[in-house]
Amino acid sequence: MNKLTPPTRLTGWGRATASGASVLPVSRGNIADAVVGAPERGALVRGLGRSYGDAAQNAGGLILRLAGLAGDAVLDTVQHTVTVGAGVSIDDLLRVTVPQGYFVPVTPGTRFVTIGGAIASDIHGKNHHGEGSFGNHVRRISLLLADGTTLEISPSQHTELFWATIGGMGLTGAIVDATISMLPIETSRCIVDTTRAHDLEHILTLMEEGDDRYRYSVAWIDLMAKGRHLGRSVLTRGDHATVEQLTGSATSSPRHYDPRVVASVPPVVPVSLINNLSVRAFNEFWFRKAPLYRTDEIHSLAGFFHPLDMVGSWNRIYGPRGFVQYQFLVPFGQEDALRHIVERFAASGAASFLAVLKRFGAGNAAPLSFPAPGWTLALDIPASFSGLGEILHELDHTVLDAGGRHYLAKDSHTTPQAISRGYPRLAEWQDVRNRSDPTGVWRSDLGRRLGLIA
Amino acid sequence: MHNAFAQPQTILLLGGTSDIGLAIVRALVSPTCHDIVLACRNPSAADEAVASLRADGRNVTAVRFDASQPATHAALITDVVSRVGDIDLVIMAFGVLGDQGNFDQDPVAAAEAVTVNYVGGVSSGLAVAAQFRKQGHGRLVVLSSVAGERTRKSNFVYGSSKAGIDAFAQGLGDSLVGTGATVLIVRPGFVHSAMTAGLAAVPFSTTPEAVAEATVRGLHAAKRTVWAPGILRYVFMILRHLPGAVFRRLPLG
Repeated sequence: MNKLTPPTRLTGWGRATASGASVLPVSRGNIADAVVGAPERGALVRGLGRSYGDAAQNAGGLILRLAGLAGDAVLDTVQHTVTVGAGVSIDDLLRVTVPQGYFVPVTPGTRFVTIGGAIASDIHGKNHHGEGSFGNHVRRISLLLADGTTLEISPSQHTELFWATIGGMGLTGAIVDATISMLPIETSRCIVDTTRAHDLEHILTLMEEGDDRYRYSVAWIDLMAKGRHLGRSVLTRGDHATVEQLTGSATSSPRHYDPRVVASVPPVVPVSLINNLSVRAFNEFWFRKAPLYRTDEIHSLAGFFHPLDMVGSWNRIYGPRGFVQYQFLVPFGQEDALRHIVERFAASGAASFLAVLKRFGAGNAAPLSFPAPGWTLALDIPASFSGLGEILHELDHTVLDAGGRHYLAKDSHTTPQAISRGYPRLAEWQDVRNRSDPTGVWRSDLGRRLGLIA
Repeated sequence: MHNAFAQPQTILLLGGTSDIGLAIVRALVSPTCHDIVLACRNPSAADEAVASLRADGRNVTAVRFDASQPATHAALITDVVSRVGDIDLVIMAFGVLGDQGNFDQDPVAAAEAVTVNYVGGVSSGLAVAAQFRKQGHGRLVVLSSVAGERTRKSNFVYGSSKAGIDAFAQGLGDSLVGTGATVLIVRPGFVHSAMTAGLAAVPFSTTPEAVAEATVRGLHAAKRTVWAPGILRYVFMILRHLPGAVFRRLPLG
C-alpha cells in the first residue's frame, strides 16, 4: 500500500462541500502503482477541481493529481484529431492548437478544465444543439483499470465501458489519455449576433426559431426580473470567423491566441460580495449594456466562450460559505415546468446572476450523460441563502415530474432517489462499472452521496 | 455525506432521549437524510422519538449507549457504522444535571455525574473523531453549557464537567483541522426541558427548538461555537471577568 500523506481539505468550485483526502501527484509512469496500492476508501483522479460540488473529492481516500503536458499533444492534421494526456487543460491545449488552426469540438464556459474531466463529466457547450457533447467527439481513451492494467476503449472497442466512462464521473477508471476530433478553424475570432429578449416567451421563441442557423447559441437570463420582465435575456449566437470576415489589425494575425487572466480575487474574502442588491444592479447593467439587436460583431475566442476566465478565482466572491450551481434540464414540451422554476427563483429573492439558458440537441449513448433534447438552465446562488436547501428539494420534484434531470458535475445538494429517477439507465451503468471495478477502487464523495456506487 | 447546505444523510444522537438533541435532529432532517440512530441508556425510552422521526422511508433505530462505560464507546461507533455506513453528523447531547445539594452530601454521586458528562464525552468524542478521520468527513456537535463558562455555587459540579467537555471539544476541533471533519460547540443558557423541569428560570432562558435553530445555523455557516441565545456570548464576556466577590453575590441561583 502507498504511504499516505496527511489529509488535505478539498472542496469543489462552489466551496460549499468539504472533505479530507490524501493527495498524491502522479505521472503516467507511476499512476498504476498508486492505484494498485489504493487504501480501503479508494482512489479518484482530480483534475482542476472545477466541478461545483463533491465530484472530485474522495473523503478518507486517495486523490490522484495526474500531470499533463500540452507540449506532448499530437495533432493529426489529416484526421483532424489530437491525442492528449488527460491531465492537460483545455486552456493549455488551445494555446497549442489554435495557432495551428484547431479548436476543441466542445468547450464549457471555462477553459480551466482538463481533458479527463471533460470526458468524465461529458461536458457540453454552446454548440450542443448541433454537435452534441464532448463524448461525441472522443475517438479513443486509454483507461487505467482498478487492477492496474490499461485498456484501450473506443466506440467500437469495449463499447459498453467506453460509454460508461463518458459521463462516468471518473468512477470506471483513470482516463490516462484520449484522442479527440478537433474542429478546423481559420481564425482565432468569432462572429457574433446579439439579441435582447424582453421575457421568457420571447427568448424561447427566438431560440426555437433561430438556433439552427448558428453553430453556437446561448442565452444569459436575468432570474431576478419579475412580472412582465420575467425571463428577460440576452441571446448571443455565432460561429468561428473566416479570414475574409476579419478587419483591421486582426487580419495580420488571424490565429493569434494568448488569453490572459486580467485580475484575481484575493484568497480571503471575509463576507460574500453577492447579495440581492449587488446582483440586481449587475443584472440591470448587463441587460442594458447589451444591444437590442446587433449582428456580425467580431469577438475573441476567450471573450465569446470564456468571459469569466478573465477573473481568476471568481468563486471567492461568494465568501467563505460558498455557492451552489443548480443545473437541470426539462424536455421540450415541458416549458411550463421551466417557467415555474424561473418564477420560483424570481419570487424567492435569491441573488442569482450568471444564469444560463441553452437548448440541447440529441443526447448520446452514455448512460450517465446529462444532455438530452430539451432546455437546460444553470444558475449560481450563495449557499448561505436562507431556505435554499428546501427550495431546491422542492424544485427537484418539478424537474423530475417533467421528465428532466440534474447535471452530476454541478450537483451538491440532491438525493440518490432524484438521480435514479433522472437517469433511468443508472443500473445499467452500475453493472458495467461493477464488472470493470469489482472491488470498488474508484470512489468519490459524489458517488457515495448520490448512491452511484455501493 | 453532507450536501452544500450542511444537510446530513446519516445522524447519530448520543443521548437519544435528550430534548435538545432531538430538537436538533428534527431541525436537520431533510429529504437527503436516510438514517438516524438514537443512542441512549434505555433504548425503549426512545420508542416515541423513533416513531416520530420515521417517515419517507427513513431508517430510525435506537441502540444502547451508556456514557458512564467508556470501554463500550468504540464498539458502539463500529456498530453504528456497520448499520448506516459513514456517520455524517454526531450530536453529543447526553448529560446529567444533578442536584448540587445532594452532591455536597454524596461525593460519589458527584463523581458519577462527572463521569457521564465529562469522561463519557471524552471517550465517545475520541471514538467519533477516530471514525471521522478514517472516513475523511463528519461533523460533531458538542452540547456544552454556559454553566461551564463560569461555574456558580449552585451547580458547580455540573458546571465544571461542562467546562471540561467544552475545553476538550475546542482542542478536538483544532486537532481535526485539515481532516475534513469539524466540531461545533453549542453553549446554551438555561433551557426549558426535561432536565431543568421544576427549576426556576434565569434571565435569557431559551427552548430546545431555539437551541436547535441556532445549531443548524452554526453548522450551515461552519462556525466553531454557537451561543443560544446569541446574546449570552456578550453576557458571559462580562461575567467571566467579574471579580469573585461580585460574581458570587449575583442573583443567578
